[in-house]
Amino acid sequence: MSSTPTVVGSRHEPRGTAGTRPAVPPGRRRRRTLNPSQWAAVGFAAPLLVYLAVFYAYPLWRNIDLSLHDYTIRAFVQGDAEFVGFENYLEIFGSSTFPTALLNTGLFTIGSIVFQFSIGLALAVFFRSSFRLSSFLRALFLVPWLLPLIVSASTWAWMLNSDNGIVNSVIQAFGGEQINWLTSPDTALLSVTIANIWLGIPFNLVILYSGLQNIPGEVYEASSLDGAGPWRQFWSITFPLLRPVSAITILLGLIYTLKVVDVIWVMTTGGPGDASTTLAIWSYREAFGTGMPSFSPAAAVGNLLIVIALVFGFLHLQLQRRQEAS
Amino acid sequence: MTTQRSWWKTALGIFFTLLMLFPVYWMVNVSFTETRDLRSSPPHWFPWNPTFDGYEAVFAQQLPALGTSLLIGLGCVVLTVVIAAPAGYALALLHLRGGRTLNFLLLVAQMIPAVVMAMGFYAVYNSLGLLNSVGGLIIADSTIAVPFGVLLFTAFMAGIPRELLQAARVDGAGPWRTFVSIVLPVSRNSILTVSLFAFLWAWSDFIFASTLNRNGNLIPITLSIYNYIGNNTTQWNAIMATAVVASVPATVLLVVAQRYVAAGVTAGAVKD
Repeated sequence: MSSTPTVVGSRHEPRGTAGTRPAVPPGRRRRRTLNPSQWAAVGFAAPLLVYLAVFYAYPLWRNIDLSLHDYTIRAFVQGDAEFVGFENYLEIFGSSTFPTALLNTGLFTIGSIVFQFSIGLALAVFFRSSFRLSSFLRALFLVPWLLPLIVSASTWAWMLNSDNGIVNSVIQAFGGEQINWLTSPDTALLSVTIANIWLGIPFNLVILYSGLQNIPGEVYEASSLDGAGPWRQFWSITFPLLRPVSAITILLGLIYTLKVVDVIWVMTTGGPGDASTTLAIWSYREAFGTGMPSFSPAAAVGNLLIVIALVFGFLHLQLQRRQEAS
Repeated sequence: MTTQRSWWKTALGIFFTLLMLFPVYWMVNVSFTETRDLRSSPPHWFPWNPTFDGYEAVFAQQLPALGTSLLIGLGCVVLTVVIAAPAGYALALLHLRGGRTLNFLLLVAQMIPAVVMAMGFYAVYNSLGLLNSVGGLIIADSTIAVPFGVLLFTAFMAGIPRELLQAARVDGAGPWRTFVSIVLPVSRNSILTVSLFAFLWAWSDFIFASTLNRNGNLIPITLSIYNYIGNNTTQWNAIMATAVVASVPATVLLVVAQRYVAAGVTAGAVKD
């Protein structure tokens, strides 16, 4: 329970902080020749390096390869696909699905993050002050996170069912009208976003709660003595001190949300029409969702997704650098 | 006054928890509801006449799928820990050159959407004949957990007191000996955390299962539920019963291992 780093690792840069440790003589660290301990280091890292090359780099390379050729299912088996350059990319940019999918991805991601984070933070602050049953209840909050996505998604699909869903039943009991949550183009994206917010709250709660644990209690005691109320304490202590952890949480949330497939696929399969189609869903549908797989455009969409994710990746790195500098 | 306020907070906490867990309750409720009551309006809020038809269907049809998922989950745990723990050691304590670059690559690897990996794996497995195999699915599923595992091990192992490692060196222990007899035992909580997540992610995986293992003889439970939904849109009690059974490992792990998750997340093994 000491104030040690979180999984997020934002506060712990092994190489950055090691230099300040008095226990290690400064000369040792600067050595640049490949000494015996470097060989050992390479040896221990070797399985990972091989793994990354074979099971990350190679599939990704095959994916680029797919996107530059015209692979049909037959060409896939025979391996004689025609090289078409960037034609697949031009095709997806010109597709009528593209603007819809891009907009949906933005709405789905931003909507999910804003609510996941604010609800998660509110709950983390709520659970910070311990009360009877607080740790037990906090543990229960993890349940949605640990359930298989397909389980949660199908439960939500049944809850939002137009005719027999509990949600519509409650709405109608209060005099509202039946809403076709999953089958109307107006609400399909909203429905999957709601389900995804629900799924993301536990993750935000856990990370932010552990971030709160790292804020020393004395800071709060001091501010209490100065007469600061809970509201004031939140805005002048909790929020600023939690900023590094918050930034990491939001970025990780963005990255996780960009690639969501299961939830949307099980609830709406991206429909009706393209109403809830995100880039990830579009890619999945083209490659695996229909009887006629078209791998090449799907791979092109996938690579586009990677580029978007990489932008956030560099943002993440930039953020960490700035934190180290300060 | 303090007790009063604490009582009020507990009540509010229970209310929030119930609200949050309502979908889970609903899943359980529907799983016990008679088929003819599924479409009644208003829906039955509580299964007054519980039926076990759904569960009978699960045990009649889904046991092989549950077994497959268990196998895939355990395989994924072993593969992940075997690759990630030594790499974390190299990065955190052996000062691997290019460690920063590797760290960055791992962060990037976590960002690659599974659907893209699925397509790449599909192409690779198609040539290698690994489609529809459990081994292929284990490898694909492990790609979710390995980068996370390495980053978590690195963060944790960097916090191991240097005095401990120096003592080992003074006693003449080499890097391998230090790893096996000091670093690994001290990192027990991290190993449990990484295993837990590797298992749950593999158990919950749908994307890889539905792409790389579509026509396999041994399909995992997630794919089985999905196929079930496609075939029986009327028998939601059986679907939800399967969902309840598929949630059991998550629930068990939460109850049994929550301590380790908390310990792993805050990575606090050594007190000062």
